[in-house]
Amino acid sequence: MALKDITLGQYFPGDTLLHRLDPRTKILLAVFYIVALFMARNALGYALLALSLIVAILISRVGFQAVFRGMKPVFFIVVFTAVLNLVYTPGAGEPLVAFWIVRIYWEGVRTAFFMVLRIMLLITCTFLLTYTTSPILLTDALETLLGPLKRLRIPVHELAMMMSIALRFIPTLIEETDKIMSAQKARGADFESGNLLQRAKALIPLLVPLFISAFRRADELAVAMECRCYHGGEGRTRMRQLRYVGRDYAALVLGLGLCIAVWALNRLGVF
Amino acid sequence: MENPILKTESLTFSYPAEEGSKLVLEGVDLEIQAGSFVAILGHNGSGKSTLAKHMNAILLPSGGKVYVAGMDTTDEEKLLAIRRTVGMVFQNPDNQIVANVVEEDCAFGPENLGVPSDEIRKLVDDSLRVVGMYDYRRHAPHLLSGGQKQRIAIAGVLAMKPRCVVLDEPTAMLDPIGRREVLETVKALNESQGVTVVLITHHMDEAAQAGRLIVMSEGKVISDGPPRQVFQQVELLRSVGLAVPETVELLYELNQEGFSLPLDALSDEACAQTLYQLLSKD
Ligand SMILES: Nc1ncnc2c1ncn2[C@@H]1O[C@H](COP(=O)(O)OP(=O)(O)OP(=O)(O)O)[C@@H](O)[C@H]1O
Ligand SMILES: [Mg+2]
Repeated sequence: MALKDITLGQYFPGDTLLHRLDPRTKILLAVFYIVALFMARNALGYALLALSLIVAILISRVGFQAVFRGMKPVFFIVVFTAVLNLVYTPGAGEPLVAFWIVRIYWEGVRTAFFMVLRIMLLITCTFLLTYTTSPILLTDALETLLGPLKRLRIPVHELAMMMSIALRFIPTLIEETDKIMSAQKARGADFESGNLLQRAKALIPLLVPLFISAFRRADELAVAMECRCYHGGEGRTRMRQLRYVGRDYAALVLGLGLCIAVWALNRLGVF
Repeated sequence: MENPILKTESLTFSYPAEEGSKLVLEGVDLEIQAGSFVAILGHNGSGKSTLAKHMNAILLPSGGKVYVAGMDTTDEEKLLAIRRTVGMVFQNPDNQIVANVVEEDCAFGPENLGVPSDEIRKLVDDSLRVVGMYDYRRHAPHLLSGGQKQRIAIAGVLAMKPRCVVLDEPTAMLDPIGRREVLETVKALNESQGVTVVLITHHMDEAAQAGRLIVMSEGKVISDGPPRQVFQQVELLRSVGLAVPETVELLYELNQEGFSLPLDALSDEACAQTLYQLLSKD
């Protein structure tokens, strides 16, 4: 198990155009992108979306390697989806492959391919958002974007704070898991062999200390936050104030443009 | 300016327990003067952390009173004023850093206090400079060393412009280099910023650098005075399971053999000097 591969919620500091965009803009862009992704019906639409994401990755300078590394943990889900779509999509014509009870049609190949592409683009897009935006800014942005929900008595500030703390502790807890794992391995624990049940059982001596320590951390953090005068979102100010500037408007127009372009490409009956 | 900045009056405290809760603090009377550097020493479970948590109203007295700059800690109206007067730094730096970026973590305190953004920027920059971590302001805290993390934690507290900082074993989890870094920072804080420092520690050499040393045992203050005086009470300290600095120990053992040397040597230098005088007398 390579815990270091989990890059979820990790921020790569930088000073590129993508880093400098207002976090709210980036969240909205991601939303536009996801909408466009679910609208896309043909190869042209997907090609446009893939291309724009590649351009975004190039601008952000986080590197394709980091993006692929982020993809690893979801590899299984991707393969699983692909296989399901491949096997279960009924087709009109002759099956391409037919053995035992499995019938693979051309439609299945097409759906599976697009499905995999869609999942990968979706994940890359959200990763790119967290790679280029500091988690605090991200949660700040969510807090402001979702601000109107406070009227519905949804605890937006608290949720945002919880999220930012969760993000803050991911690397710490991963490090700790690694440490406990090494300690257990040194005592002869075996996490890698045996059937699923045995492996799950082997995880118990890992999870118990991890949970205990996480609760202790939570306790100490709560006290430390109180010491620093934390008393909820009321009357709180921010060091960095979010402000839309020209590039944000331009980016939002581009995002909207992408949605419209995909919609227009759907009309072309290509593949 | 109220002097003393911290004051406890026959403070008692017990943690709520199911049966027969025992007193963790049994009548502590202390006055800590503004601008002083006080160390608190005591064996495990002697109530040091419990006492520290009374100094900014994280815990409230079961009996007696605690005053912070004249404010009663049980006064809920004054809670924020008390907490911004007395900052608190804990043992584990990982568990007190809130944000993923150094400067954003430092900003947490002032943000909670509702300070306008441009002022926060200045407070953050200033406090990071004081602890010597300004160059790391854009870094992720979890990639820094223990000593650096602890200095960030100190900067986070300083950004609230506290008049007093209470540090509960801030060096316990650090290597010697980290310990030195943190201790230098704390001393500089006291000397050049005039911040009152209360340092809880297990290390004799750290305690020796304070202007005043308080020794606790079983929830009581058993000795209080300048370190060189406190450390002369070798029997008393040993009886509560504390060691004395090696220099004092050496002189004490020599005295047991019939010499009569002064026990106030806290540095190797001073100890060598005492021995030199003894030898050159013969
Ligand atoms: N949250 C708590 N609930 C109940 N009892 C506690 C709690 N925290 C501490 N105690 C008890 O209070 C006593 C004093 O603890 P405290 O943490 O103040 O000691 P300390 O001097 O800081 O020790 P150390 O050097 O280990 O940090 C101990 O007997 C401890 O078991
Ligand atoms: Mg303690």
